Amino acid sequence: MDAQKVVTIAPRIRVRALGKIFGDPPHQVEALKDIDLEVCDNEFVTLVGASGCGKSTLLRIIGGLEYQTSGEILSGGKPVAGPGADRAMVFQHYSLYPWLDVMENIRFSRRLQANRGELTSADVEMASGRAEALLNLMGLPTMAHAYPNQLSGGMQQRVAIARALMGRPEILLMDEPFGALDAQTREVMHDLILHVFKLEKATIVFVTHDVEEAMYLGQRVVLLAPRPGRIDTIYKVPLPGQRHQDMKHSREFLDLKKEILQRIRETSGMKTDSDLLEQLSRTAGSQ
Amino acid sequence: MASISLARPGIWAIRGPMSQRRYWLFAAIGLIAPIVLWWLVANSGWVEKVFMPTPGSVWSRTALWWTEDNLLQDAGISMYRVTAGWLLSAVIAMPIGLLIGTFRPVQALLEPLTDFVRYMPAVAFIPLVMLWIGIDEGSKVAIIFIGTFFQMVLMVAEDVRRVPAAQIEAAQTMGATRMEIIQLVLLPSAKPALVDTLRITMGWAWTYLVVAELVAANSGLGYAILKAQRFLQTDKIFAGIILIGLIGLVIDQLFRLLHRRAFPWMHKKS
Ligand SMILES: Nc1ncnc2c1ncn2[C@@H]1O[C@H](COP(=O)(O)OP(=O)(O)OP(=O)(O)O)[C@@H](O)[C@H]1O
Ligand SMILES: [Mg+2]
Repeated sequence: MDAQKVVTIAPRIRVRALGKIFGDPPHQVEALKDIDLEVCDNEFVTLVGASGCGKSTLLRIIGGLEYQTSGEILSGGKPVAGPGADRAMVFQHYSLYPWLDVMENIRFSRRLQANRGELTSADVEMASGRAEALLNLMGLPTMAHAYPNQLSGGMQQRVAIARALMGRPEILLMDEPFGALDAQTREVMHDLILHVFKLEKATIVFVTHDVEEAMYLGQRVVLLAPRPGRIDTIYKVPLPGQRHQDMKHSREFLDLKKEILQRIRETSGMKTDSDLLEQLSRTAGSQ
Repeated sequence: MASISLARPGIWAIRGPMSQRRYWLFAAIGLIAPIVLWWLVANSGWVEKVFMPTPGSVWSRTALWWTEDNLLQDAGISMYRVTAGWLLSAVIAMPIGLLIGTFRPVQALLEPLTDFVRYMPAVAFIPLVMLWIGIDEGSKVAIIFIGTFFQMVLMVAEDVRRVPAAQIEAAQTMGATRMEIIQLVLLPSAKPALVDTLRITMGWAWTYLVVAELVAANSGLGYAILKAQRFLQTDKIFAGIILIGLIGLVIDQLFRLLHRRAFPWMHKKS
């Protein structure tokens, strides 16, 4: 019983004393400094913070698309060395393959395996069943043979999510996947991704600059502060596991949202901007 | 309920709409007007026939060329030279461009060099080519090759580089190897741009034809134009130039057709 408990809380991702410096001297940018973070199995963590605070960089390092310059990062106990099928990524846009139809896009990871002769015919059959299931889950059963440029932005992101899930990744990394969508579509996508999260039992790390989105989706919200990018505060979202759009209007939700927004403003140096505005309006008024 | 109906923007609106029929009407005007203008000027007597032949005389010269001077053979040999030079350059430029656009060390090794060489005038290589290759077919193909190859390498590299990073990175996070990314992402993603590059460089290959046929040729459209100059047969010069233009136009349209057929996903919109 105890041993089982230990297993379930063992972190899926462990980031320790992670640092990232871009460029060679003398033009270096310290994007991340001393990041310590653990993400549990089947946890939904969101990253927020001012623009340029290193959210994408951190996510890309976890995904193995970027390398750290100090510290270490473990995925399932093993050091991350480059990208791998255990950590799928969903991008903001332009990641679908426009020459493949929706179904072929979703099956892309299987095609890679088939290419290497790693699949038996039973696997292939199973895979096509899974692709169908994902297509239905995403609400696109009639779109199987459409090309990406025939789909709306929201539909394209659904396909991108289905494609990422196809290979049953342990970790799903998402970098502002709904950043280009309108507010209504985004709400629909939020409930969809929460449904997927429950069904697929993946661990999700989700980057956004929308605090409401971060709180509605995440179990924890990690706030990064810029220059150099570092973890400022980790908030636990005071919502039950099963989310619901109405919860966005609850007292606790609104209070925490206000607190996080306030903190982002404080850490981002936006204050100087508002000072500047005030100064400007004063000079304009005196003329 | 008052509804405002907006007028359809006219054809002169910026990027305004135009019906297919009207498009072809304008295209026909654009093609026919210069011929009419030419006919007017040539028949007006303002310019001497030696300088500007009439459309009629160019037409009859073309007919004569066809019946007595083996026009078909001239066109055929020219087409062969252009195609050979262009194909040779494509076969070599494609893999090199792909490598430049994919691997930074290859880019550093070859791109500045290619950039340098492409500014050297292909025409100036003629004496060298004659010295090295001689004056047979190979030398004409070589000139066309020199004229197109270096540009083509750079264009192919750029086509490959323009594949969105997200497409590559998505494949990486699905576990694709380098070879798989090249085969299953870079090449199919760049393919439409590559076909366009082939189409454009084919046009350049034709512009080097006349130059290539300066090299001791005794057949070909370019050669015929040069020979006609010696005999002041302006009408034949016109005929040759127009023929090259027409062949180029047909090839260009064939490439466009191929593009539409091969990449339905680009042209299909719901
Ligand atoms: N490839 C790179 N080369 C140099 N500097 C980089 C590179 N990528 C990011 N940076 C720098 O690292 C810092 C963090 O960038 P990052 O993209 O991770 O921020 P972000 O939090 O995702 O911002 P945004 O909200 O605007 O997406 C920025 O200062 C950025 O300029
Ligand atoms: Mg970002």
